[in-house]
Parts: sequence; structure tokens; C-alpha cells
Amino acid sequence: MDLLRFATAGSVDDGKSTLIGRLLLDSKAIFEDQLEAVEATSNAKGYDYTDLALLTDGLRSEREQGITIDVAYRYFATPRRKFIIADTPGHVQYTRNMVTGASTADLGLVLVDARQGLTEQSRRHAVLLSLLRVPHLVLAVNKMDLVGFDQGVFERIRQEFVTFTQRLNVPDLAVIPISALQGDNVVTRSDAMPWYEGSSLMHHLENVHIASDRDLRDVRFPVQYVVRPKSDEHHDYRGYAGQVASGVLKPGDEVMVLPSGLTSRIAAIDSFTEQVEEAFPPMSVVVRLEDDLDVSRGDMICRVNNAPEPTQDVDAMVCWMTREPLRPRQKLAIKHTTRSARALVKDIQYRLDINTLHRDGDTRELGLNEIGRVTLRTTQQLLVDPYEQNRTTGSFILIDEATGTTVGAGMIN
Amino acid sequence: MIPVQASADYRLSHLEELESESIHIFREVVAELERPVLMFSGGKDSIVMLRLAEKAFYPARLPFPLLQVDTGLDFPEVLQTRDNWVERLGARLVVASVEEAIATGVVVDDGKTSRNRMQTATLLDAIETHGFTAAFGGGRRDEEKARAKERVYSHRDEFGQWDPKNQRPELWSLYNGRLHEGEHMRIFPLSNWTELDIWHYIAREGIEIPSIYFAHQRRVFERDGMLLSEHPANPCRDGEVVTERTVRFRTVGDLTLTGCVESPATTLDEIVEEVSVARVTERGATRGDDRFSEAAMEDRKKEGYF
Repeated sequence: MDLLRFATAGSVDDGKSTLIGRLLLDSKAIFEDQLEAVEATSNAKGYDYTDLALLTDGLRSEREQGITIDVAYRYFATPRRKFIIADTPGHVQYTRNMVTGASTADLGLVLVDARQGLTEQSRRHAVLLSLLRVPHLVLAVNKMDLVGFDQGVFERIRQEFVTFTQRLNVPDLAVIPISALQGDNVVTRSDAMPWYEGSSLMHHLENVHIASDRDLRDVRFPVQYVVRPKSDEHHDYRGYAGQVASGVLKPGDEVMVLPSGLTSRIAAIDSFTEQVEEAFPPMSVVVRLEDDLDVSRGDMICRVNNAPEPTQDVDAMVCWMTREPLRPRQKLAIKHTTRSARALVKDIQYRLDINTLHRDGDTRELGLNEIGRVTLRTTQQLLVDPYEQNRTTGSFILIDEATGTTVGAGMIN
Repeated sequence: MIPVQASADYRLSHLEELESESIHIFREVVAELERPVLMFSGGKDSIVMLRLAEKAFYPARLPFPLLQVDTGLDFPEVLQTRDNWVERLGARLVVASVEEAIATGVVVDDGKTSRNRMQTATLLDAIETHGFTAAFGGGRRDEEKARAKERVYSHRDEFGQWDPKNQRPELWSLYNGRLHEGEHMRIFPLSNWTELDIWHYIAREGIEIPSIYFAHQRRVFERDGMLLSEHPANPCRDGEVVTERTVRFRTVGDLTLTGCVESPATTLDEIVEEVSVARVTERGATRGDDRFSEAAMEDRKKEGYF
């Protein structure tokens, strides 16, 4: 059994909560006491149906306002896979939450109401998922029951979406007609839509091929922590702990450590008491080298002829996440892989309109939930790859030094 | 130990992936935050957490102490397991006692507040006294609605409070551990684990957990639909009858509040089997403290509970 992380974006109107509720119910991830609590609340509110949205609205402030504010993580499993859902709100004022949910997702699920067709919101969700390089995209055309399960309606929406995503980077797209309320094509194929020959949503989630999404070629091992027991038993032990970002590491491999550029060979790869023959993403291991080099946190182990670019000038798409806008000359803390530095905002090249993809070059600042292309100068070298090649060595966060909060998320160009 | 084998398709199982994520979190915290501590209750989640910490720093010893908040009403079997783990790992254990906190006036025992709730003040006092800046907790997002939105790095202000509306965005695996004087972080390395994952992992690792998780004979009485242990600190009320039944615990905490369930499961495989078909959450079934209101956990968390 493996693990699939997926992000959903949308509002109650699209039937997103109903869909998630149904996936959880049908995979038996919702318990009786949770369902009873939701039924009781629905009754108290005078609804004549069980509002499954209440299952996902975790915080009292959200229940009071009847909206989802934050990213909620949900879990369910089938015999084939364990799933982690990052459930995010759909409105434009919560773009930062969508970006957060999409950052770790293998798959993005966009919902549209069959009666409405594509909306500005569904296009924006597709843009964000593409920007965050979520490798698989599913468009679920919901409420098919309300359009008489009409193939023509579905085809129009599908065609429009396929055309729209040709402007984006969407490696894998599936479009599925469903009725979340009635369960059509959610877990089992629907009899009401014999014209649809694809798989049900659940079948797709269980079988979508994610194994080749990872980069097994370019070795990137950010050193997180140096393990030095200093005990009698392990007196000379010195190992470099980290999580493999990409590539496959093997004992005997010739490697280079950045930023020093010194080379050595891998002596052994430890995983607790075992030694492993190969380490691949996302394994957390301890790498030992044959030579006694000066390696510390923030360094990167890679191959001699295949290394990230050491740079102090970073060109990236930045999603801004706080009320006080991002402006040129601003100084921020930056965290990239296991390396922390300070960054100066050199320039905001343009602001991207995430509804139209229009680039506004006259912009002087980036406001809350806005995304733009930004150049930064950092106090020390970062060891970067383009985000489109590597979601780990291509991403960073920006931190306000005064408040300590995370204020921006960056994807390196 | 099951060795991590190089598989032809280079895929990890879901348990291996969760394990790797948690180990990454442990190392990140130790690398960036000055004085971490692991909140260790002796319950199954904190045991899994401790196992992951052991793996994260092996062959070195744990680079932080364990902190146990002793309610004075803990199950003796749980304390025994705690001591076995501490001894095997050669770890340093700090015990913060609720009774001591009452004696020194840190918390007030008004006779109505549960020991579980008094743990919060005791815990915050211990964190402040020792100057801990990061406290690992075994909370999981599948446990409860308020937890579903909590970050892996959960920021607490000078009063130890959690502000759910003002949480830091958490992207990729880039955690932000920035703190001001007097603030601390709660760290939840098991955020993405479910109850079933925990049991599968305990079975896979073959690690010691308290015997009360397995079916045993116990003298119990029924209160508010829960089965509670007979104990001098927990006298029966009118109409409550003590009977001996075959039970096991799904969670461990203050024994006056933690209920058990009738179960014949005496092995890990049987527990896994039972948990996979369970229809009631572990907290709903066995934790009196979460039942007081729909937002009970959210309120306690805001105050600084685990």
C-alpha cells in the first residue's frame, strides 16, 4: 500500500464537502460518533439533510461563519492506497491556503458544477495547481444529476477545460462526470451515464500512476543534521542525516558536497540499525562518506557532473501571504532546503493575474494572496534547481524577521 | 527490524513514507530549535514518537529529554512501560507532577476540574521552568476536528496559547521555527498518522506498549456510556455497579476519565483487526474530557493543552 496526497479546492456550492464526505463515508473513514455529531448539528440548524460540510469545518470560528478558512487534512484508506486530502477553501481571498495545500500534493482535484460550467474560480484553481507543479489533475464535473446526466453538457465543459489547460503545465489530466450527492462515478461506475467510458473517481485515485513523478536521476541530498554520537562504542562515527530530495544514492558512488565542491565516495547509507543498498526519495537516511570532509547543515550532497546551481540571485514566482505588501528593498529571512539566509527584494518584475494569466508589469508591490515574479539577492549562496525540475530544491519560504511568521512561498524559475 | 529494501520501482510503503516524514521533522527541530523536549505519556502515540526519535538520531542518544506530566492518577502499567523505555534508551526523564503543582499553588484543585485539565497548567509551568522552546507531542490530525487544522509546527505565545486563526502557513517540508523570547513550539511529528497507522507500526516494529492496551480482566462500572476502572480516586456514584469484564484501553490518560472497551483482543494482530472495523473514534469512545462540548478540544488547545 502506498500513499497519495491530493488537494481539493472549491466552495460548498460546488459540492466539494459532499464529495469529500462521500469518499470518507464510503471508505469507512468517518465514524459513527462523528456522523451523529454532524446529524445533531444539522438538526439543530433546522436542515432537513445531513450537512457533510460540518465534518470538515473544524474550528468553531469556521462553524460560526459557515465557511472553511484554513487547510484541513483528512485521511482515508482503501486496500490499495492511503490518502491524505488537503482540503482548502476556494475563494480568492484564500489563495495562500490553496497554495499551501497544493505544495505537497501529488494530485489536484478541481470541482465544477455541471449547471454552471467553468467559472473564474475553477480556472484559478487549475492555474494554481499548475504553478505548484502538482503532477496530476482531475476535473470532476459534479451535479450531473441536475443536468439529466447529459453527455453534451459534460463534453462542452471537458473540451473548454482541455483547451484552457493547454496554456498551463498539466502533464496528466482526467475529467470525470459525477454526482457527489447520489454517488454516481464516485466509488463505482454510474449506470446513469453509460456514455462515459472512463473510471470512477475513486478508481482513478487508487490507480493513478505516481511512481514516475519522482526524479530518480538527479541526486540531491540536503544535509539536515550531523550525527556524531561521541560515545565509546561509536567513537569515530560521523554521518550526515537528511531526506533524499531526488536521485538514487548508493554506497561507492562518487559524490560532491556543495558549496565546498569537495568530492568523496559514499561509504555507507544507514537507516537506523540497517545499512541500505540504495536510498531514494523520500527516504530519511544517514549518509557516511569515505573522506573526513567538513560537511554541515545546509550543505548539499550531489553528483560531480550533476549539481544544483549555487547562486545569490534568485528569480522566482512568489505567493505573498500577509496583509502588509511585499515591496522592493524589503529584507526578509529565507529558508531553502535546510539552509537559512537573509534576502533582499531587488525587484518585482510583474504581478500575475491568476484568473487571466495576464502579467501586470506596472506593479510596485504584491498584496496578500497575490502572485508575482520577484528577484531576490541573498546573503549567502543557495543551492537551487528550477522548481519545475525539483519541487524540493526549487522551493523556499520567506519569513518576516520582526514577527517570525511565514509571509511568502517561492518557486524558483 | 524490517530492513528498508531497495525495491525495483523505488516506492516506499505508506508506513515507510510516514516514518520518513516524521524522522525529517525530528531532525529539523533539533537542528533549528534550542531546547526541545518530548512529551511522553507512555501511551501508544508517544511510544511511536519515541521510536521515531530513536531512529532519527541513531546511533547517537536522544538529543533531548522526555517530559511526563504525572497526574498522580496514571495507570501503573503505563508508568512501568515508561520506565522500561527510558532505561533502554538511556534517556533523561523530567517528571512534572500535577500534585506538586497543586501543593505549590501553580494550579488550583477546586474539586471539580479534572486532573487531565490541570495538566495544562502543570505542563506550561514545566516548559517555562526548564526553558523548553519546542515540545514534541503525539497529537494526530485524524483524532479530532480542531486537530485537523493544526500545523506540524504549532506556535504558542508567551502564555502557551494556540491561536487557530493566526497560524503560520506550512508549505512543502519547509518548517518555520522562528520564536520570540518566551514563546515555544508544539511539534507534532505524527500529524499525518491515523490510529490504524500507529497500530500497524507498533506491530511492524515489535515495540513494547503498556499491557492495558491488550484484553484483560478488570473491575469496571459504567458512566455516561463509558466503562471506567474501579479506583479509590474514582468512587462509584448512586446506581453505578462494578462488574468484572474483559476489556482493553484504546487510549491511556488520567484513569478517572479514560474509559475502556470490551474486547477479546490479546495480540497486536487482533487489535489491528478490531481498529480497522471500529465504528467510533477512540476519543469519542473513551475520553470523557472531549465530550463536554463540541469544541472541548479546541478550547483546551487554545489554553495550551497538548
